Amino acid sequence: MTRPKPEPVQVVKARRDGALRALVAGVPYIGFLGIEFERRGDELTAVLPYDAKLIGNPMLPALHGGVTAAFLEVTAIVELAWASLWEDLEKGRLTPDALAAGHLPRLPKTIDFTVDYLRSGLPRDAYARARINRSGRRYASVHVEAWQDNRARLFAQATGHFLMPGPDVSGPETVPEPGGK
Amino acid sequence: MSEPTGSGSDMAARLTPEARLEMARAFISAIPHAQALGMQLGTMAAGRAEISMPWDERLVGDPHTGVIHGGAVSALMDTCCGAAVICHPATPGGTATLDLRIDYMRPAVPGQRIRARAECYHVTRTVAFVRAWAHDDDDDRPVAAATGAFTLETLPANLEIPA
Repeated sequence: MTRPKPEPVQVVKARRDGALRALVAGVPYIGFLGIEFERRGDELTAVLPYDAKLIGNPMLPALHGGVTAAFLEVTAIVELAWASLWEDLEKGRLTPDALAAGHLPRLPKTIDFTVDYLRSGLPRDAYARARINRSGRRYASVHVEAWQDNRARLFAQATGHFLMPGPDVSGPETVPEPGGK
Repeated sequence: MSEPTGSGSDMAARLTPEARLEMARAFISAIPHAQALGMQLGTMAAGRAEISMPWDERLVGDPHTGVIHGGAVSALMDTCCGAAVICHPATPGGTATLDLRIDYMRPAVPGQRIRARAECYHVTRTVAFVRAWAHDDDDDRPVAAATGAFTLETLPANLEIPA
C-alpha cells in the first residue's frame, strides 16, 4: 500500500500563485485599474486599492459607478478563468511557466452584466468575491459581491452571463486578430 | 449609490436651459475617472448625451485580440447615462447609479473610438430611467446597449460649478 508522497507546500503555493499572477498580468486593463488578487486555496478575493483616478463624484467623493462595474466584471472573469484552469494546473497539464510565457487560456466573454449599486463607494480600498452559480460547456452565470469596511455591508453586487471559450465557440461574433494569434 | 450632498433649494431649477447644459458639461468634464479613460464629451441636449472614448492599449481586456475590456465600456456607458440624467430639465441636477445592465453584442474593433449615446426617457420625482447605446466606427451594428435606473439628488445651494 503506497500512496504518493504529498507535494511540499511551497511547491504547491508557487505553482498556484505563479499561475494566478500570470493570468492576471495578461490583462492590461486589470493593471490599469490596479486590481490585485489574493488566494486561499482556490478561493480568490479581488482587491481594488484606492486611487484618485477611480473617483466619479469629486464632491462626495465617491468611486465612479463604472469603476465599481468594471471591478465586479474583472472579478467574475478572473474567477471563471481561474476555475477552468485549476484542474489542468493541479494535474500538471498546465504549468505556471507556460502561462507566464504567454500560453494563456482564452478568457470568457461577457454576454450581459447587471450591477446593483447598494451604497456609495467610499474613497478607500474595495474587495470582491465571485461565485459561479452555473458553469456549462458554453454559458456560465456568475454572482459577485463587493464590500469595503464590512463584509456584511455590500456596496455593490452584480450578476452576469458569460460565453465560455471553446473550440466550437469563439464569441457572439469574432473580430480579426491583429498580428495573427 | 450615493447619499444626497446636502440640503438647499433646487439650484438647477433656477438656471436657464443654456446654463443648465453648461453646468452639466462642467460636471462631466470634472470627473477624474472619465479623464483617466480619455472620455470626450460630445453633444448634450435636454435628457440626451453623447460621450466617446479612444481605444487605448492600457484598457485591453483580451490580450489575444486587443479588444477593450467590458469594464471600460461600462464606465463609458455609466458616465453617458449620468450625463443624460443631469441635463434632463425635470431633474434637480445631481444623480447616482442605482442599477445598470449592459448587454455586449459584439467586441469593439481594436483601434476604433467607442461612441456612447444615452437618453433619459422617463423621470419621476425620485428616479430617472435611461437607455444607452455604444458603437465603434460601424453605425449599423451596436457594440453594447445599456439600461439603468438613476437616483435624483438635489445639488447643494452653495455648490461651486467646476470651471
